[in-house]
Amino acid sequence: MPATTVTARADQGDSPVRPAGGAPAGARRRPGLLARIPVPLWLLLPAAVVLIPLFGYPLYQLGLLSVLKFGQPQASGGVPTEFVGLSNYSDVLGDAQFWSVLGQTLAFAAFCVLTTLAVGATCAVLLTRVGRWPRLMLMFGALGAWAAPAMTGSTVWMFLLDTNSGLVNEVLGTQGHNWMYDKWSAFAMVAVVVVWHSFPFVMITLYAGIQAIPDSVVEAARLDGAGTVTIFRKIMLPMLRPLLVIVVIQSIIWDFKVFTQIYVMTGGGGIAGQNLVLNVYAYQKAFVAENYSLGAAIGVLMTLILLAVTAVYIRSLRRSGEEL
Amino acid sequence: MLRQGANAVAVVLALLTVFPLYWMVLSALKPKGEITSAHPRPWTFAPTLENFRNALGVSGFGRYFLNSLAVAVVVVVVSAAIAFLAAVALSRFRFRFRTTILIMFLVAQMVPVEALTIPLFFLVRDIGSVAPGFGLSSLGSLMLVNLAFSLPFAVWMLRGFVAAVPESLEEAARIDGASRFTILWRILFPLVAPGLAATSVFSFITAWNDFVFAKTLILDTDHQTLPAALMVFFKPDENDWGGIMAASTLMTVPVLVFFVLVQRHMVSGLGGAVKD
Repeated sequence: MPATTVTARADQGDSPVRPAGGAPAGARRRPGLLARIPVPLWLLLPAAVVLIPLFGYPLYQLGLLSVLKFGQPQASGGVPTEFVGLSNYSDVLGDAQFWSVLGQTLAFAAFCVLTTLAVGATCAVLLTRVGRWPRLMLMFGALGAWAAPAMTGSTVWMFLLDTNSGLVNEVLGTQGHNWMYDKWSAFAMVAVVVVWHSFPFVMITLYAGIQAIPDSVVEAARLDGAGTVTIFRKIMLPMLRPLLVIVVIQSIIWDFKVFTQIYVMTGGGGIAGQNLVLNVYAYQKAFVAENYSLGAAIGVLMTLILLAVTAVYIRSLRRSGEEL
Repeated sequence: MLRQGANAVAVVLALLTVFPLYWMVLSALKPKGEITSAHPRPWTFAPTLENFRNALGVSGFGRYFLNSLAVAVVVVVVSAAIAFLAAVALSRFRFRFRTTILIMFLVAQMVPVEALTIPLFFLVRDIGSVAPGFGLSSLGSLMLVNLAFSLPFAVWMLRGFVAAVPESLEEAARIDGASRFTILWRILFPLVAPGLAATSVFSFITAWNDFVFAKTLILDTDHQTLPAALMVFFKPDENDWGGIMAASTLMTVPVLVFFVLVQRHMVSGLGGAVKD
């Protein structure tokens, strides 16, 4: 095998052809320096070129900012930055508002995830049980809700819920009621919009998954005397597991990081910040209060929480013997 | 009986789901006086394009639209190409650090990218002094940033699709003397097309939806994209709901068109992920 595959080994074939841009395939020369870079690294190079400077570096900077004193004077370059260690973190963690925002972020995300999954899964199963037209209608409606940008969804629902000319008040006979005034009702309304946006992904993914299960497998089980519940638990569920995992983890990620809907619908976090979630809280601290380092510390904490979720996820994948 | 009940439930759910969109389009077509009525009706007798005309007239809404479109199209195309190559590397080769790289892609999806607005603001500001096309208030910066944030998910998702393509096909092509490049573009690429369709939906939505980066990185009005530009319709005293609904409608149409174009591939594509 040529030197091209010292660290890399193609799964198949033992005469690796050189990647595009390398020496012509089959040339009998000693491979040049470029050709000695393993093929997979060539393939990963474009991704690295984008991700390292635009994702990795800012992430590192976020961590760095969080241990500096960095406000407007430092940002405009007038005042030198100062290393302050973990004092931003102690400020954040010592602030009662942070804990209440964290609590409501977790509760809000959990509520959205569970509702999204419940609605999405129910609709997916429903799709397999209905006639052609109802199925197409539900698919079409869901695609519409999925396609609607977060911004659009927020504005439309805001209009539906509008105090004076909103349809919801007209239908319920509650004219003049402001749904965004009360903390919990405001959260609930944003949750409705979040679920409306995200249940279609769950529904369509799971429906596609159910469709991909061969009928013969289900029929064979039925012939063997398995009931609907057994078929669901012993056949459908295990086969859908990889998709379920994707759907759950995506929902957690999306709902924990909701920004647009909260920001737009509650006007930047609600009356006196009652509807803040961590993402918006960090944004407000950084760009409105111009305390960039404090915002960065909140961002780091939020990342750590999500990484903890990821770690649990990867461990459960590993434990179930799934290969990454 | 049961079937009929299920049908009815599905129809009701479908109507509920689509209703906000119907209301958006309807309200966009309502004349000025009717839209602020305290007793809104689910129909209108005097549909008008006035709101659309106003929306398009407001400080170059058409321009914002084109800005958004440019960003989204570039992000979709470039991210599909890059993600494809990376997905091939991660599912067709075994190499050192492969698992580490995979985990990094997964981890990237967890990062609350909104938190990265803070360092990115300063990074983009600094880039701007060297390459103005990618500095603050440039579409280039939005393209790059959205590209970076749609890539990890695209790679992660596409990996499953590449893995689902039988390797024997590539083997056969190799025996026929196809080069690695030919195998990539002529054989693997078309076979992964459904997966690419599914992933490009996510890239498109990421770029088209982006609100926070457009809001923080674009400081002038000329280069604003739709989500942030829509905020101009919100006024402290009285929201111009007609304008907001017309603008929202215009903003939703491209995504719908995109969905319809790739929809068929998407459902089959998502189903393919199961086999993975």
